Amino acid sequence: MELYELTAHELSDLIKDKKASAVEITESLLNRIEETENKVESYLTVCKEEALAKAKEVQARIDKGEAKSPLAGIPMALKDNMCTEGIATTCGSKMLENFIPPYSATVVKKLAEEDAILLGKLNMDEFAMGGSNENSYFKKTKNPWDLERVPGGSSGGSAASVASGQAVFSLGSDTGGSIRQPAAFCGVVGMKPTYGTVSRFGLVAFASSLDQIGPLTKDVTDCALVLNAITGHDKMDSTSADIQYPDYTKALLNDVKGMKIGYPKEYLGKGISEDVKKAVLDAIDTYKSLGAECEEFSLPITEYAIPAYYLIACAEASSNLARYDGIKYGYRAAKYTDLLDLYKQTRSEGFGAEVKRRIMLGTYALSSGYYDAYYKKALQVRTIIKQEFDKAFSKYDFIIGPTTPTTAFKLGEKTANPLEMYLEDIYTVSVNIAGLPGLVVPCGKDSKGLPIGLQLIGKPFDESTLLRAGYTFEQNTEYHKMRPQI
Amino acid sequence: MEYEVVIGLEVHAELSTKSKIYCSCTTEFGGEENTHCCPICTGMPGVLPVLNKNVVEYAVKAGLATNCTIAEFSKQDRKNYFYPDLPKAYQTSQYDLPLCKEGYIDIEVEGEKKRIGITRIHIEEDAGKLMHDEWETGTLVDYNRCGVPLIEIVSEPDIRSAEEAKAYVENLKAILEYIEVSDCKMQEGSLRADVNLSVRPKGQKEFGTRTEMKNLNSFRSIVRAVEAETQRQINEIESGGVVVQETRRWDDNKGVSYAMRSKEEAHDYRYFPEPDLVPIVLEKEWIEKVKEALPELPDARRKRYIAEFGLPEYDAGILTSSKRLADFFEEAVSKNSNTKAVSNWIMGDLMRILKEKNLEVDQIPFPAEYLANLIGLIDKGTISGTIAKKVFEKMFDSGKDPQVIVKEEGLEVVSDEGALVEVVKKILESNPQSVADYKSGKEKAFGFLVGQAMKETRGKANPQLINKILKEELEK
Ligand SMILES: [Zn+2]
Repeated sequence: MELYELTAHELSDLIKDKKASAVEITESLLNRIEETENKVESYLTVCKEEALAKAKEVQARIDKGEAKSPLAGIPMALKDNMCTEGIATTCGSKMLENFIPPYSATVVKKLAEEDAILLGKLNMDEFAMGGSNENSYFKKTKNPWDLERVPGGSSGGSAASVASGQAVFSLGSDTGGSIRQPAAFCGVVGMKPTYGTVSRFGLVAFASSLDQIGPLTKDVTDCALVLNAITGHDKMDSTSADIQYPDYTKALLNDVKGMKIGYPKEYLGKGISEDVKKAVLDAIDTYKSLGAECEEFSLPITEYAIPAYYLIACAEASSNLARYDGIKYGYRAAKYTDLLDLYKQTRSEGFGAEVKRRIMLGTYALSSGYYDAYYKKALQVRTIIKQEFDKAFSKYDFIIGPTTPTTAFKLGEKTANPLEMYLEDIYTVSVNIAGLPGLVVPCGKDSKGLPIGLQLIGKPFDESTLLRAGYTFEQNTEYHKMRPQI
Repeated sequence: MEYEVVIGLEVHAELSTKSKIYCSCTTEFGGEENTHCCPICTGMPGVLPVLNKNVVEYAVKAGLATNCTIAEFSKQDRKNYFYPDLPKAYQTSQYDLPLCKEGYIDIEVEGEKKRIGITRIHIEEDAGKLMHDEWETGTLVDYNRCGVPLIEIVSEPDIRSAEEAKAYVENLKAILEYIEVSDCKMQEGSLRADVNLSVRPKGQKEFGTRTEMKNLNSFRSIVRAVEAETQRQINEIESGGVVVQETRRWDDNKGVSYAMRSKEEAHDYRYFPEPDLVPIVLEKEWIEKVKEALPELPDARRKRYIAEFGLPEYDAGILTSSKRLADFFEEAVSKNSNTKAVSNWIMGDLMRILKEKNLEVDQIPFPAEYLANLIGLIDKGTISGTIAKKVFEKMFDSGKDPQVIVKEEGLEVVSDEGALVEVVKKILESNPQSVADYKSGKEKAFGFLVGQAMKETRGKANPQLINKILKEELEK
């Protein structure tokens, strides 16, 4: 086995036993990036020199017994919408092509404190809008399982890099499924934590009330390790939860006996592919065989989740993205006649088609005369969705279902029809709308050999139950060991 | 036809918290361009606001001092529009759930008392400043003011004249100064008003079409803008036209207002709840505590001055119209119990000199104690009233203690009887006609001779003594 193939906890053990150094591990990852990047294209920026320098420094402190974190010396990468001081943060957009933040996001600081090694910044759909990474201004990341297919999105680079051994773990952000869908498409573990669990300070906003940062890892144990590092109250983020955060590794128990699991019938109905459905039903059987009680139930509001999601997300985005006006930083049109023209030209040239589409949708939804019919109604649907989940959680410890209706689709397959692309999010958006935690673990392959992801949805702040259930699933199956050949 | 003007005011006051509303940058006025800012107040990608709790407390104080109901639950909203001085392209403000609502303040115009309703008070952030470069074609932006906390105080349309508008803003200013939530320095723009104005035939119930004039930052401009706009609307109607609902820009130099281009005002602000901030939830007990800790307000202080110091209502009103002036008065009174004299000096010479020199009360170059000392010198007979006036002027020039000035310049009253007898004799000798007039019964001549004697001593002579000696000498 090469070092780049290992998980964070395996590498941490090697470091502890002095069988590998942070420098060797970092070199292995950098080599892997060099070998595969022309095929996968996960990265927008690779910080080779900085990573090696940091690895040397960390190893020196490991040797002195000072760097004790399980993530010390572990090379990782970040979605390019998390601000990194002195390192370009583009959001996959021409608008921020040359933007170098003067400050670092809270998660970036937290990982630095854990002595994790930053390898670089990962490709994404522009401003996190999209489900295929085809909306990136810079490049199209490929699915490592089939280079003609998309890795999913918007955290496509985050999923593809971990799946292809270009990063031991990565961080992505999830507004409507942007961690979970690419995790499912690329066959890795992805967690969208409860809203408020991970600080959003320094995460370039798409939709403030839905955005949440989370880890993409090779297994559930790594997921718990990274969660331990990045969760916590942050006084710089008013929406950050001021609660007692658990040690997530304590949840890693191989035991679901007596647990009550519900699966919404709306998630296994119309539109789901047979392969995905079968894999999910098999997973349910696995849980049953391990002593859990599984029961079908109804989430009737599901069909309204997509419209409600796109109204709320686009409304917030239209305001969040208004600051890219060509005045202070980022792209400015070369030619303009007056102030209004400066705004128009800059934003017409700086944003891609999908971003513009959503800004227009959101602007419309918030306009006077339409606010009540669209935005306000969407907020009402949001309340009902929360209530339906509350009701479900009074009966079940967690909810199980598919992550996506299908496995990874081909590049260009859905770009002509945005609505079809939006429907990809049917099983994931409700989780953001209700602010719940969602964990995706690999649960099989389809007939083409493409990975399928199982989604576990938990009560607010109950990531631990999801980790325990995910860990138990891993301990009793082999799916998390699947690796693509590149 | 007789017309009635209907006015509602929106007053913006900068709060005097040390740091900005959503970041820890200083709110200090001035400073080199773009030095009082950070990634948060300049709207860098990824930053988040955190509400400064002091801003809430200050706004609640303002609400309580203006008899408002304080909301136990309120929220903040985004007001979206593009302008280079607004780095996020939205202003965080409050839309449908403001912090304070349904209050009032009382005003008095020409002896008539009137209550002006306050619709609401909400918190929001200030914008930056554009600077049009004189030498280049470009425009520069200074973000130092971005994120400085403001309260917007919206009145009911209860105001009926320019005088009432002025009295309302004056009272509001005094209240905000008393509770120390705003410096209210109009020349620095920390207090400014938007005027909503319409006219209607007297007796008509329905409001006329209103116009809005923004950012008036002096009492003078408020009064002039109201008068001019009232007349303009009346003229419009009288000449058969209609008043158009619009925003107008008041040009204080020319004394006229201009309609702004419709493009500038055609805003749909697309308000929606600010998702980066949590609702403001206040506990009843906390609101009560803030209320109990409120300092004495202008009205209460005015009443106290009448009761405690026996001041006339008018004097008490003037003295309490500004906290700094009232504080100055009380400081002086604490050092010299001649309350009437202190009040007279402040109302008279002090106010006159401030006006002449265009100074604010906080720019008086000496402490209130020195005024007390000056009055003490008069009361003890060390200097005469005439000399005191000169000493007072010198205090404004040098900031020195009057006791020092009197000593340095030898201004003490001459009470040496022998010396004064010589002076009187000299005056009598050189004014035989006046002496004759006096002796023939013309009392006026006596006054003239006293004046001449005072002049001879450059005002330093003890006037009682001069009177006595003069009488004695004339009787001889
Ligand atoms: Zn700041």
